Amino acid sequence: MTDVDKSGAAADTLTGGPRRRRGPARLRGVPLPLLVPGLVGLAFLVLPLIALLVRAPWRSLPDLLTSTEVWQALQLSLVCATAATVVSLVLGVPLAWLLARADFPGRGFLRALVTLPLVLPPVVGGVALLMALGRNGVVGKWLDAWFGVTLPFTTAGVVVAEAFVAMPFLVISVEGTLRAADPRYEEAATTLGASRFTAFRRVTLPLIAPGIAAGAVLAWARALGEFGATITFAGNFPGRTQTMPLAVYLALQSDPEAAIALSLVLLAVSIAVLAGLRDRWMTAS
Amino acid sequence: MTQIEKTAHDDGAAPTPTGEGLDARLVVQRGRFRLDATLKAAPGDVVALLGPNGAGKTTALRALAGLIPLTEGHLRLDGDSLEGMPPEARPVGVVFQDYLLFPHLTALDNVAFGPRCHGATKAESRAQATEWLERMGLAEHAGAKPRRLSGGQAQRVALARALATHPRLLLLDEPLAALDARTRLDVRAQLRRHLADFEAVAVLVTHDPLDAMVLADRLIVIEEGRVVQEGTPGDIARHPRTDYIAHLVGLNLYPGQAEGHTVRLDAGPAITTAEELTGPVFVTFPPSAVTLHRDRPTGASARNLWHCEVAGLETHGDQIRAALTGELPLTADLTTIAAAELGLHPGAAVWATVKAAQTHAYPA
Repeated sequence: MTDVDKSGAAADTLTGGPRRRRGPARLRGVPLPLLVPGLVGLAFLVLPLIALLVRAPWRSLPDLLTSTEVWQALQLSLVCATAATVVSLVLGVPLAWLLARADFPGRGFLRALVTLPLVLPPVVGGVALLMALGRNGVVGKWLDAWFGVTLPFTTAGVVVAEAFVAMPFLVISVEGTLRAADPRYEEAATTLGASRFTAFRRVTLPLIAPGIAAGAVLAWARALGEFGATITFAGNFPGRTQTMPLAVYLALQSDPEAAIALSLVLLAVSIAVLAGLRDRWMTAS
Repeated sequence: MTQIEKTAHDDGAAPTPTGEGLDARLVVQRGRFRLDATLKAAPGDVVALLGPNGAGKTTALRALAGLIPLTEGHLRLDGDSLEGMPPEARPVGVVFQDYLLFPHLTALDNVAFGPRCHGATKAESRAQATEWLERMGLAEHAGAKPRRLSGGQAQRVALARALATHPRLLLLDEPLAALDARTRLDVRAQLRRHLADFEAVAVLVTHDPLDAMVLADRLIVIEEGRVVQEGTPGDIARHPRTDYIAHLVGLNLYPGQAEGHTVRLDAGPAITTAEELTGPVFVTFPPSAVTLHRDRPTGASARNLWHCEVAGLETHGDQIRAALTGELPLTADLTTIAAAELGLHPGAAVWATVKAAQTHAYPA
């Protein structure tokens, strides 16, 4: 038992909980038709990441990462992903509340519609955004005529594209937390004289804060890696709309070492996000 | 009966002539369930809604608080009409069954929540909350989060939170249900004191007859959405009108038709009673009034004699409570020794007698 415990303790730090404890003794009974494809699957997922680390130009890495283009792309990525997350929070939390708490016909259909961008190919999202907010788009036409605002191929456009793709993650996460939260706390607040909005602000919001944080991190990570919708709607202008993923793709054709370096940065960010969410997602099962 | 019934109704049942207090007819239709209950109470009254689970007690409470709309009826408090008013605008305080203290706020901030919503500044509302917590003997727990409070403490914080808005109607939903038996005794006594001090109308919902009788001046018994009986705890305990109440207060209850000292029971046999009445009546006698015999008793002292069969036995305090079927279904209490001497076991045949003097009949 002590042997198993030791290896279990090592596994704990990886999977984030004592429940996933698996000693080697447990592996003995696993049937081969499950074991072999399972291990192949594991290799398939892990090997590319290892390859990235193996091929990384460690020696020239400092120079690569301090070049202006990389800094520009990284800065733009962080700013846009954060802005997209803020947009998602401001619009997505109320939307999640409506979906979870308000009672209106067609709510199920609306929820399906909101989650559509989750499964929609991002390129399609980009095209759809162009049709809506492009210079001649359904809404963009008026934005241009009334406010002189054009979104496509601008930094703001990057934020719009990223928010479009990322917001559903936040909405789904927050809506789930809201559904799990006891709505009677809101009732208790109203019997104490709070309007429904005050009840939401002072009671519900603090109660669902962990869900909002998790949703925001997910949305931010999704926005950071966003490629298809961004390049379609905002284009690829260095310093203006060229985010990290776009820079990686472009660099791969001219300077593979730079592409690897950029990829490493994104990988590091992803691991950091996963570590931040570990307690919430990994131990949930 | 008329004597007792009259005193029961004089006991602060109706609002005062000036229209103070609660005057409500609550009709709520929920699918096939319909609540239709009339509630009246004067300031200072503590009214208990007593009934089995699913009777509509909590529905009535939620309708009073404005958390569900009335399908029909009216709701007046101190002359003001509350129906159609949102819960936040009603001068109503609620102590919820599991208290629903806001888990992210301290005890102090939970109590200060109401005053703050009613326009007090942060400092004012905190000062008021401190005062309330002191009154509840919780001053040293002001900074504690709800999960660090014991059940009894949480209950008092919930009461303080509800009272801090100075409601004119206080609602308590199963205020003691979440407590274990030991704490319950203490908290019940404290709650009784706080309710006695409360000057407006208090309505509490419970399925526990003891809570209802200790805490309330008047009981309203609800079954299947309807008021089946109301009166003082003593009146209800003496004159149950449904099997549910008879069971709660531990009496055998039979409806029947009286003709002088004889009542022909709807259940079959006749019973001789002490009272002389005519027309539809209820007859009750306590399980302790029943004497069991193995053989048919020969003396004529007990004219109420039935042949029965033991359906079940259980301990009841230091006694044995026997459930009997047969000519007249009834429950009987007897000592453990008597049960052993009679050789009682499920299926055993026995004769049951009840003295007329120990029965009680009253008009239905």
